[in-house]
Parts: sequence; structure tokens; C-alpha cells
Amino acid sequence: MNRLTLFIPFALCLALGTFLFFSLDKDPLDLPSALVGEPFPEFVLEDLSDPQRQLSSDDFDGQVVLVNVWATWCFACRIEHPWLNSLAAEGVKIIGLNYKDYRELAQAWLQERGDPYQFSIFDPRGTLGIDLGVYGAPETYLVDAEGIIRHRRVGVVDERVWNEEFRDLYKQLMDAANAP
Amino acid sequence: MTAEFGHVALIVALCLSVVQAIVPMVGSFAGYRTWMRLGHSLALGQLVFVAISFVCLTMAFLQDDFSLQYVANNSNTLLPTQFKISAVWGAHEGSLLLWALILALWSAAVALFSRHLPLELSSRVLSILGAISVGFGLFILLTSNPFARILPFSPTEGGDLNPLLQDFGLIVHPPMLYMGYVGFSVAFAFAVAALIGGQFDSAWARWARPWINSAWVFLTIGITLGSWWAYYELGWGGWWFWDPVENASLMPWLVGTALVHSIAVTEKRGAFRSWTLLLAILAFSLSLLGTFLVRSGVLTSVHAFANDPERGVFILAFLGIVVGSSLLLFALRGPTVQSQKGNGDVASYSGLSREMMLLLNNVLLVSSMAMILIGTLYPLIADVLDLGKISVGPPYFNFFFVPMTLGLMVAMGFAVFSRWKKTDAQLLRQKGMIPFLLSLSAALVLPLFLAESLSWESYSLIAVITLGASFWVVSMSIEDLWQKLSRRGFRWHNIGKLSASYWGMQCAHIGIAVCALGVGLSSVYDVQKDVRMVPGDRLTVAGYEFSFDRLDPVQGPNFVASRGQISAYKNERLVATLYPEKRNYKARNQVMTEAAIDPGLTRDLYVSLGEPLKGDAWAIRLHVKPFVRCIWLGGLMIGLGGLLSVLDKRYRRRRQPKTQAAETTLEVAAQ
Amino acid sequence: MRHKLIALAMLVSPSLKRAILLLLMLSSAVVAVEDVVSFSDESLRPRYQQLLEELRCPKCQNQNLADSNSAISQDLRAEVQRLLERDLSDDEIKEYLKNRYSEFILYRPQVNRATWFLWAAPIALLVLGGLILLGLSRRQKHRHSEKAGTTMRSDDQQQRLEALLGSQKRGSE
Repeated sequence: MNRLTLFIPFALCLALGTFLFFSLDKDPLDLPSALVGEPFPEFVLEDLSDPQRQLSSDDFDGQVVLVNVWATWCFACRIEHPWLNSLAAEGVKIIGLNYKDYRELAQAWLQERGDPYQFSIFDPRGTLGIDLGVYGAPETYLVDAEGIIRHRRVGVVDERVWNEEFRDLYKQLMDAANAP
Repeated sequence: MTAEFGHVALIVALCLSVVQAIVPMVGSFAGYRTWMRLGHSLALGQLVFVAISFVCLTMAFLQDDFSLQYVANNSNTLLPTQFKISAVWGAHEGSLLLWALILALWSAAVALFSRHLPLELSSRVLSILGAISVGFGLFILLTSNPFARILPFSPTEGGDLNPLLQDFGLIVHPPMLYMGYVGFSVAFAFAVAALIGGQFDSAWARWARPWINSAWVFLTIGITLGSWWAYYELGWGGWWFWDPVENASLMPWLVGTALVHSIAVTEKRGAFRSWTLLLAILAFSLSLLGTFLVRSGVLTSVHAFANDPERGVFILAFLGIVVGSSLLLFALRGPTVQSQKGNGDVASYSGLSREMMLLLNNVLLVSSMAMILIGTLYPLIADVLDLGKISVGPPYFNFFFVPMTLGLMVAMGFAVFSRWKKTDAQLLRQKGMIPFLLSLSAALVLPLFLAESLSWESYSLIAVITLGASFWVVSMSIEDLWQKLSRRGFRWHNIGKLSASYWGMQCAHIGIAVCALGVGLSSVYDVQKDVRMVPGDRLTVAGYEFSFDRLDPVQGPNFVASRGQISAYKNERLVATLYPEKRNYKARNQVMTEAAIDPGLTRDLYVSLGEPLKGDAWAIRLHVKPFVRCIWLGGLMIGLGGLLSVLDKRYRRRRQPKTQAAETTLEVAAQ
Repeated sequence: MRHKLIALAMLVSPSLKRAILLLLMLSSAVVAVEDVVSFSDESLRPRYQQLLEELRCPKCQNQNLADSNSAISQDLRAEVQRLLERDLSDDEIKEYLKNRYSEFILYRPQVNRATWFLWAAPIALLVLGGLILLGLSRRQKHRHSEKAGTTMRSDDQQQRLEALLGSQKRGSE
């Protein structure tokens, strides 16, 4: 081996170390949604509160909305719910997606804790969930007025998360939607 | 009170290791013999104090001292005693203390068994080991203290050890594995000491070799145990998943294997010097990298310890310093080592020599390691480079590893038969013909029989390749043995002339063949059925009739379970009664599947309970896994082979240390 | 005993006959044990197993769909089954899931711009290793022939040199 090749291991070690250093603040399980930039999936499902009423993405077309995936078996959803209530009170339109749940339990849950949703989609088998790439509740999607998914958050959306991840984008989309 | 003793003992050990890191090294440059000798006593002292610390932690577990955060997180009053002890190393902080203990053990061993080494070398080796101990000591005391207390409101009950860990496997696997990981620190220390001293010759290789081989043996057995444990514990019959933590153990093993072979060339022929040094540094670096990967949270793994970015930074810094400085030293001092003309000219060897074969071995092993490293780290690198979240799993690793290993096995057959400097190609062709034909026929014919007896319709190409490669290795090894025994006419007493080293090599190589056979055949002929059964149902799988007899509730020391009884019949005769369980561990409310296995050399019967279904029915998984046990049998044989070579009499200490150097040079010259 | 009762019952009434037949069908000796997952075409099953091993559970700590017991894994297993029954090819199924869960769900990374290094590097390493081996063996051959070769020397020196080389050659082989 000549003089210069002896330095190759050292150089590789430095390169690797740099990568490892920058990887320390990345979360390996924080998956970006495959649907960001894509239209909200088509679906035909019942309204949670009214089994006769069929819902589809047309029902929130033309508006900037949050779609929040929730369920009564999800503990973290209880933590995030108060913030959703306050968002709704401020005028943010939120659509609920009741994921793999029981209708009666879900309705009772909302009655107990307040209903921030325009309406909740009843998805007992998780079919819309799979089309969205949902893998656990709570999840929240930001959909623009054209029906394109712009952001997804897996986990609780509280005040901090709203401010960091959603607020600015939401304002931007609202302005774009309201502009003539 | 015991916890405080433990804590203080650890601090004392740290202080001792600081002194050990500095004084003997300085002494070796200045020529102060007392300073150099101090390393030996310091290493022993360090062992005493780390051991005290470890014992104190163990006592805390046995006494259910839940005021210690670590004990509260990992133990429980109902936990059986043997698991209370093994819980000591069941999570992050305690396992680090085990690391420190084993490091102290190896350092003390070096101190005790290095009387015949030049003091300059042994003092430097001990200093380097001391420096590593300092790193670990600081890491434990500053970020991962097992003696941290929860005050003032200590819990009265603990969170219990993870049920998956409440098993015999936890008692043996981590200690064996750590003995291997940490053992390579000795090789590392020897390499760095050689680079510092600029003195590196066959004698160095002779001294370092037993240390390298023993570390390798422990790592081999550790990995084998881990795979076996995963198989019977996890409940679905897999034994290797290319999980980052598993890869973290395989990579140092691959480099270690390359090192074991490379150093043979260095010792016998004085060649591959820089390469051997590099491998020695690399093996331990990979051990440390593994530690980082497992504890920093950068990669997801079922095995990972609870992560914490702060710890990640510390380990990375430590890793950077240790590996970076040693590789820099290698780059700067490498040429000095290379140009040494210790025993005459740089060795020359022909294309078909043993040297060349071992070089091929190294190329394949190091390429495998590099492939695994790239595959394991790629998700991380892609994420940093914003290329997205990519998963790299078994399909990728198997795609490359299988052909590389096959290549290695083919080469192994030739290599066993090769000679130093030059192998007669004619002789090789002549002697290799029978093994080749034997392997070819076994490879083509046996799958026919295997297929019939295991009720499998198709003829498998993978089985052909596996059988061919395994038979090739075994028959070439036996051919070489035959050759050696037939020198000057066949004599059984020629066996006595064969060294332990030789038997070790044969045993290890045949172990690889056995292991490969197990891997290949069990993947091809594995039969699995996921069925819905009620008590009374029977089903025939691969020639075995399974009868779901009954299901009973069962009470364990810290769990409740549903236990099934499943009887297996072959040709109307009862072969085994299996008791798979579905356990619910009360403390964590965690459900676990405990598989039932009937082991056998030619097949394992593996039964586990899935989920309870409507009524009395259960989802039951029935496996017939042919030859799967050969995997771990092979692994043990490999370890045994390594052990035999460590015990070779040329590594035993000699009576007259003064004539050591003369003897060494004479012997080397004569070869 | 059972046979006698059945024979008797058969003589009695049609409804009883029906009831007995039903009972017979329900008795485990006659009913075949069912697979937990059933396919309209058994040839789909090996593909199903293979796919489950290649797909990753999106929320687990590194498990494939075959081994994980999480809710999402159960759902995705059912989804894979549904897609197989709908006659999609393996690639189409993987694409379908990748469009929803991102490439994270594929344990076999796709070969594209982002992963070319991943797939090419091991091959490149082997090639490099092979080249090093070739290079070294050629250098060794060269060294051998160098030792044998001579330069212009005086006859006397030449003789001594040859004598020396001759003995050295014999000694080293």
C-alpha cells in the first residue's frame, strides 16, 4: 500500500462520523406522507352521526380543512382534543375521520368531549385510512381548497405543533383560497 | 447503602483507569520501568473495583431496591431470581456496566498473561486499554449511571423486566457477545501499540494471535446464541432478521474472521502487515460503532436500548476520538511498519498459494462487511441527505450475502488444500477431483430424496447449491486430512503430529459447511401452516400429524397464560407433545407468545399460538423446519474450532523468556 | 353405539336426519382444519407469504408484515390478500402500497436515483477486490521473474551470482 491509500480508512471514518453526527437529530420513525402534493383520496363512507348520509371528498371541496384521524381507543387523541376544540372555535374547519371504531362509542365520546368537527367520516374498516397511509391515531392532514394534501402530522397536534408546523401554511392557503 | 458503595467503586475504577492510561505509556517513552510495570497492577486494581460496583448493582436487584431508577425500571418483586440477576444487564445502564466489567477482565488478563512480552509493548497495550476504560467510565458516570436514585418517593414495586428478556437467553447471550466485542479491544490495543512503537514483526503476531482468536471465539458463540434465542423466543420461527443490532454484531465478526486469517499470514510469512493492523483496528471500531447504533436511537430496531440523543453525542465523540486517532496513526506510521525487514525480504508468493487464498478470503469477508455496513447505514445517510425514508431489509442483505458466502465456501475448499508460497496446480486438480465429483453428485441427487421424505413437490436449485458448497468444503477438508495422515504411508499415529491449530481449522471450516447446510435447507424445505383449530382438530403437515388436544389456563410466577397441548405423530407413533403458551405478564400488561419446539438434528417441530378466535378456536402456527438446528450446531463447531487453535501449544508460555526471541526467529526462518 | 343411534334416527324423521347430518358435519373428525387466511386459488399463498416478508410494518420497530401483530399490520395483511385476489401482480401490489405509505414500506429498496449507490457499491467493492487480487498476483509473478533475471556483470560475478541464485531458488521452493 502506498502512502496515500493508507489515509483512505481515516477519510472514510471522517465521512461516516459526519453523517452519524447529522443523523442524531433525525427521527427514523417520522415518516413523511407519500400523499403530500397529491389529491385527497376518493372515498364514499357514512357520516358518523347520520348513517343515511354518504360522504365523499366533495363535501369539503373548495375549503381549506384539517382532516383529523381519531378514535375512542386512542389515548393521545384525548390529549389533543381540547386544542382541536379551540382551533374550531377560532374558525378552523376540521373534518374528523373516525378510524376503526364503534359508532355508538364514538358518538358518546364526542358528546362528552366536544365536537370540533364539521362532520366525522365513519371508517370502521380503515379503508380510507389505508388509502391515506394512516398507521395509527392521531394523525392530522392539512388539505387545501383544491383538495390537495399539503402536510401531515403523525401524533398529537397541540399548540406548539400547530404553531411550528401548521399555522403559517394554513394562513398561506387560506389567503390563496380567499384571494379572487 | 450498597448502591453508594457501587457508585464510589466505579469512581475509584475511573481514577485508576486514568492513571493506567497515562503513566505506563509515558513510562514506555521515558524508559521508566517502574512506571511501565504499574500498568499491570492498575489493571488488576481496576478489575477489583469494577467488580465491586457490579456486585453492588446485582445486590440492589436481589434486594429489590426500587429506590434505584434502574432497578425500578427493570425488575419486580415477582421476578424469578435468575432473571433478577440477568436483569442487571437487561437495559442500557447496566449493560454498560457489564461492558466495563468485561473490559476490566480482559485488561487484567492481559496484565496477568503478558509476562513474556517486552515491557515496552505490554505497558502500551495496557495504557490503551486504560484509555478505553476511561471513555466507558466517563460515559457511565456522566450519562448512564445505574446507581441513580429516585428520591424522595421511591416506588414500592418495579416495572418488571421486558417479558421477552425473561429467559435463559438473556443470561448467556449478552455476556458472551460482550466478551467478544470487548475482546477485540485487546487486538486493537496491540495494533495501536505496535504503531506507536514502530516495532512490528512475526513475534508481535504470535503474541497477539491468541488474544484475537479468543475474542473471536466468544463473538462466534455470542452470535450463535443470539440467533438461537431469537428463534425460540420470538415465536415466529425466524432466526436472523438483518436487524441493525444483529448486523452490529456480525460486522465485527466478519472482520474478526478476516483478521484471524490475515494474522496467520503475518505470523508465518511476515506479509499483510499493514492490512492486519488495519483489520485489528477495524474490528474494535465496528464493536464501538455497534454500541453507538444500538444506544443512540439513529436506527430503529427491536433490540435497541432506550435512546437519548445526549448519549448518542457522547458515544459518537468517543468513537470519533478512538477510531479517528488510531486510523490517523495508522496512516502516518503505516509505512514504518511496512518497510520493516524483520525476517528477510518481503514474502513472495504465487497465484495459487495459501497467501493468495487467504487474501481472497479477506476480500470476500471485508466486502461482505462493507455491504452490510452500507445497507445498515443507508436509511440514515439517505435521511441526512434528504433523499427520503428508505428501508433496507432482508431482501437486500440476502441478495448480496448469499453469493458472497458461496464464493467464500468454494474458495475455502481450495484454500484448505493450498500450501504456503506455491501450490502445485496439478496436485490440486488431481486431489480435488474426487471431492468435486462427490459434491456435485450429492448436490444433484440428494434434493430428490429430501424432496420425497419432506413431501415437497419441486426440486430445489437452492438446495443443490447449498449441498454442493457444503459437501465441497467438507470433502476437501477431509481430503487434506487424508493427505496429512498419509505422509510416508498411512499411519494413524500421524494424527498425533497434527497440531491443535490444524484441528481447529478443520473444525471451524466444517462448522461453516454445517451452518450453511442448515441455513440453505431450512429456508428451502420449511413448511408453515397458519390454521384455525379447536381442541380435537388434527392436521397433517409435512408428514407429521398435529393434534390440538386441549387448552388450559396456567399461572406462572409473574404471568397468566393459556397453554395448549399439541401432540405430534409420525406414522401413527407419538413423536412429541408440545405446550405452546400465550402469556400475559401482569406488571406490564404485555402479551407474549411462547413457542413450543421439539428439537431434532434433521428437523424441528415448531408450534405457536396465534390469536384466540371465535368460540374455542385458536389461530395456531405449525412449522416443520428441516435441518434448522444445524445452523447453531455449525456455529458452535466454528467456535470450538477457534478454541482449539487458541489452545495450540505454541501459544503456551515458555519456561525461558530470555531465549524467546532467539527461538522465534529461528522457527520463523526454518518455515 | 353412535352408528346404531344414527341408523335408528334415520328411520324416524327427515328433519332428524337433517339434524344428524348437520351434527356429523360439525364434528371435527369430518371437518377439515381451515387456514386462518384462505385464498380462492392456493397458488396465491406463496406469493402472499413472500410479499408479507418484503413489506415493512409502518409503525413497528423494524418488523415485516408477516411477523408483526400490530393493528396496522393486520389491516395491511388483509389488504395484500384483497389485492392478490383482485389479480394484481407483485410489483403492482408493492406500488399500490408504496403510493400510500411511501417507499419506507418496501424492505427491498427500489433501484432509482436515490439508491443507486446502495445497489452499486457492493458490486463495485467486489470488482475492486478482484482487481487488487489480480494486481498483487501479477506483482508477485513479476517479482519471481525479476529474481530470475540478471543484468550485465562480469563472468566471474555472473558465475557467483548464478550460484547464489541457484541455491536461493532451491531453498525457497
